[in-house]
Amino acid sequence: MTAQTEETVAPDLLYSEAEDDLRSTVRSLLADRSDAPTVIARIESDTPYDPQLWKALGADIGAAGLLVPEKLGGQGASHREAAVVLEELGRSVAPAPYLTSAVVATETLLALGSEDGPVAELLGELAAGRKVAVLAVPFPTAPENSSAAEAVTGTLDGTVTAVADAAAADVLLVPTTDGLYAVEADAPGVTVEPLVPLDQTRPLATVTLTAATGTLLADAEAARPAVRRGLLAGAGLLASEQLGLAEWCLTETVRYTRERHQFNRPIGSFQALKHRMAQLWLEVVSARAAARNAADALASGSPDTPLAVAVAQAYCSKVAVHAAEECIQLHGGIGMTWEHPAHLYLKRAKADAIAYGTAGSHLEAIAELMELPAP
Amino acid sequence: MTTIDAAELRRRTRELLAAHPPATTGRTDFLRARFDAGLAWVHYPAGLGGLDAPRSLQPVVDAELAAAGAPDNDPRRIGIGLGMAAPTILGFGTDEQKQRFLRPLWVGEEVWCQLFSEPGAGSDLAALGTRAVREEADGDWIVDGQKVWTSSAHVARWAILIARTDPDLPKHRGISYFICDMTDPGVEVRPLRQITGEAEFNEVFLTGVRIPDSRRLGPVGAGWKVAQTTLMNERVSIGGSRIPREGGMIGPVARTWRERPELRTHDLHQRLLTLWVEAEVARLAGERLRQQLVAGQPGPEGSGMKLAFARLNQEISGLEVELLGEEGLLYSDWTMRRPDLVDFTGRDAGYRYLRSKGNSIEGGTSEVLLNIVAERVLGLPAEPRNDKDVAWKDLSR
Repeated sequence: MTAQTEETVAPDLLYSEAEDDLRSTVRSLLADRSDAPTVIARIESDTPYDPQLWKALGADIGAAGLLVPEKLGGQGASHREAAVVLEELGRSVAPAPYLTSAVVATETLLALGSEDGPVAELLGELAAGRKVAVLAVPFPTAPENSSAAEAVTGTLDGTVTAVADAAAADVLLVPTTDGLYAVEADAPGVTVEPLVPLDQTRPLATVTLTAATGTLLADAEAARPAVRRGLLAGAGLLASEQLGLAEWCLTETVRYTRERHQFNRPIGSFQALKHRMAQLWLEVVSARAAARNAADALASGSPDTPLAVAVAQAYCSKVAVHAAEECIQLHGGIGMTWEHPAHLYLKRAKADAIAYGTAGSHLEAIAELMELPAP
Repeated sequence: MTTIDAAELRRRTRELLAAHPPATTGRTDFLRARFDAGLAWVHYPAGLGGLDAPRSLQPVVDAELAAAGAPDNDPRRIGIGLGMAAPTILGFGTDEQKQRFLRPLWVGEEVWCQLFSEPGAGSDLAALGTRAVREEADGDWIVDGQKVWTSSAHVARWAILIARTDPDLPKHRGISYFICDMTDPGVEVRPLRQITGEAEFNEVFLTGVRIPDSRRLGPVGAGWKVAQTTLMNERVSIGGSRIPREGGMIGPVARTWRERPELRTHDLHQRLLTLWVEAEVARLAGERLRQQLVAGQPGPEGSGMKLAFARLNQEISGLEVELLGEEGLLYSDWTMRRPDLVDFTGRDAGYRYLRSKGNSIEGGTSEVLLNIVAERVLGLPAEPRNDKDVAWKDLSR
């Protein structure tokens, strides 16, 4: 069985039938509940998140619990399935705290390895879609900078800036020098001050704690690797969101340039434009391989995971931004309007390029991992 | 019909090894025996070197033979025959042609070349002007014209050739496909020295070359369709094998970086890391394509991989020359040689840099491939054309 052994060692870069089924379910839900006009109306309201959408996605479909084992109330699936959900969320730029709650916060809690007590209890609530939790760290925090997440020291006093999805959270997971605390978002001494974000589909807030109280979930020694693991999963699966986003941009651009006529021809027949879209297609195809590789590494616990994640982030964030920029340019004037959704994708792509480590910080990680040191 | 699985292939491979121990069997004899056992290309029909087995099982045989130290058929040296001539002969050849040509082709006793491109027909291949005129007396074809960029013509025994058999038809329709004997009178091969100093390519002049009708592949006038099979197979060959990390051109550069700290600069570091990531991602995309083929769901990604590798090879080899600094100013040897095979990665950084310039031209320029992706994969409209319904002889050239 030589050949088969080789197969199991290589990452599985394809989609399984179950993953394809999950994709169709999520895609049709988002088409119904979160089309572009709905998203634009939402971001102009005070609550970008639609609690009904979150209930349908997180609880009814069970997407919130994909990473959580069945004995803790989850679906017992893996990062591969969660990645497929994120591809679809990227494709629709739906405002939903999936990456922050169902991936980063969930993965951080899972890494603590508790089978009962407050951690297991909270995981059950998250998996059922009844609660949303976010890790109280600045959104740009790279996995290898996880200790920079400890902005809060001693008793729960301190300020954490630019926390993604904090406004939607029921529970804040607060890393401190003492360890990791769970703090109820509406507890005394907790304020969540919304910021005006570049990406309106993923709100940011400043979290301020003033003699707040919380439950200690893990001491500092256990908390640090758990936070790092949460951020690693976030960075790795963000690549799938970026892939879905880039795919939407390419598909819409191809559709538009086939229909839009100038100079008595569809503008998509001009070689200058065709080559740009073909180049983008090649980038999307490559991004898919990189994103699948990261998801598969996270799912299989491969020792290659930090490299797979860094490669996926260093590559996919650029592809998403490039796709969104090309989408706007090739749509011409319509691409600059508020009513066309292209701007939502550009804003998401650009913010994603900073989230969980920039491409540059992931390149530094690769330099370290592959022994290609700076001068 | 029996289904051939991995276990059965392994059993047959061991049987072959037992009957013809590599240690005591001559190279050619072993390869012939392997062909006759159906273990040459297992997806080919029985009797023609295969067993009608799934293509994805070939690695089972290859791994078993490699472990036993058996000789291989030097696929690099016979690449054009394997990748282009063989699938075309299999698809369009008569039984006689298949029996005559496939075994010596695979064993490597007969090397093939490809007489497609012409000085006036490169990317616009269908514009070719080499004429094949049929003699009324015996039905033989008399061929006159000039071909160019012909790798291996100087060592080839046979060539696949496309020529115009009806100039009154539009350019795609009046073409026929032949097998040309490179030793026949009227075939003249002249080396074409190139940018690297080597003459890896040739010009081939065809003057009154007589080709019997029994060496025509496919119907008269169907040459363009037959050629499509050849060209598609040229690009399919990617994705057959698994490439290790740093397996391509990035490998030597990364090694130099690790071993020669004195060459490092911040600017080169940024470029190296960016290209390292792109090479790793291209490798993964190739691996994904391979997995799709194995799973029987071939995607259109193949058309894109050549584009990615062409650009990467050029950028990486360019970086390598700069990284080497003073050494990058030197070149190993400008002597004109006529190598047996195309070697992209051999020799030094300067050679790799110069040779890789061809990667975006040979086998379809990157611009033509981008058009193919745009039109066939993305479904974008074609540019308006004015050469489709005009007789070839009336086109301006």
